[in-house]
Amino acid sequence: MNRKVPLAVCFIFGVVMFIQYFSQHPTARFVYKSILDYWQIIFAFTLILGIISFVNNNISQIKRGNNTFYRIVAISGFLIMPVVALGWGIKTGSPFMWMFENVQAPMQSTVFALLAFFVASASYRGFRARSIPATILLLSALIILLSRSNIGGIFSDYLPNIADWIRNYPSMSARRAILIGIGLGSLTTSLRVIIGIERTWLGKD
Amino acid sequence: MDIGTLIAGVLTLAILSFLYRDNPFYKFAESLLIGVSIGYILVITFNNTLMALLFEPLFKESDLWLIIPLLLGLLMWGRFHKKTAFLSRISIAVMIGSGAGVAIPAMLKERTLKQMSNTVVSLVNASGMPDFTGIIVILGVISYFYFSREQKGALGKIAKVGTYFLMIFFGTTFGYTVMSRMSTFIGRMEFLLSDFLKLIH
Repeated sequence: MNRKVPLAVCFIFGVVMFIQYFSQHPTARFVYKSILDYWQIIFAFTLILGIISFVNNNISQIKRGNNTFYRIVAISGFLIMPVVALGWGIKTGSPFMWMFENVQAPMQSTVFALLAFFVASASYRGFRARSIPATILLLSALIILLSRSNIGGIFSDYLPNIADWIRNYPSMSARRAILIGIGLGSLTTSLRVIIGIERTWLGKD
Repeated sequence: MDIGTLIAGVLTLAILSFLYRDNPFYKFAESLLIGVSIGYILVITFNNTLMALLFEPLFKESDLWLIIPLLLGLLMWGRFHKKTAFLSRISIAVMIGSGAGVAIPAMLKERTLKQMSNTVVSLVNASGMPDFTGIIVILGVISYFYFSREQKGALGKIAKVGTYFLMIFFGTTFGYTVMSRMSTFIGRMEFLLSDFLKLIH
């Protein structure tokens, strides 16, 4: 029963959403829009579930004395945002947005920028022209990197054109093939889920 | 210098300090980022989703259909207890089932038929000459991912061609990824050197 009901619900919603695609009837449009809203609402409840779990986990670690200071910082950071939002709202210029612009956004973009170094160091270690495919990978990456930086102009004025050609023709064809593969894979997986062959999402009992 | 720029600058330096090695400044900034990000997404989700899509239409406009997602959302919270955890499967079933139902026609149209159509259209190039490069590459790449037969003979050869073009695609994607990260890094450096340290104007 614990598994049969979810499987039946999955089948019904899958079939309904599949059929509504072919109809322009107002009821079909209403069903489509409603279920899209349902997704967002369920996601919001799931997010709260995750946040409560985050807080519980941190509190239990604090009680055990495991990285207490950093966990207090994380919980304080988490609490301050709803508090300032409740107190002064979330409009432009509010303390909530100030926190976003001066605390969250700079740190987020710096973490993102840090990846440049890790990707570069990983490629330095990993990129070796040991075989034909590895050499092709190295060359195409090198051409793109050089064409998108000022140093590229020193080597050749044609470099940006070559990079554009690589992106628009050979790379685009391979991308298309991958997209076709993804499409076919998603199609079969979706069918398996609706029919009930694929049940891993149910988890263990 | 205003207090916002000062805080943003100090936190940026704290994150960048990880390039040296893991240290208390980085750990502090990392923990703060995690907390603030979770708080931010909670507020935005509550405001834009729960209030706008659920509570206001349900309680102000008496849209009773919304009791369904409210119940489904509450079922997710069954996970708080082991005995009621199975209830969350119903909400997950709605998400997975409807997602799969939407994905079938969407994937078929956008990812498969549209890409195939673009491949066939490009069989004749801009100057009206036949051009089979696109279709050879696509057949090659797809053959590479075809595991139902051993890749030898004609299949092996075309799969090998596919591998070469896959490498070009990976190389191109890698190059663009590095450059996008680099431009973000340059942006952070510009902020540090001009707004925070006032070394450049």
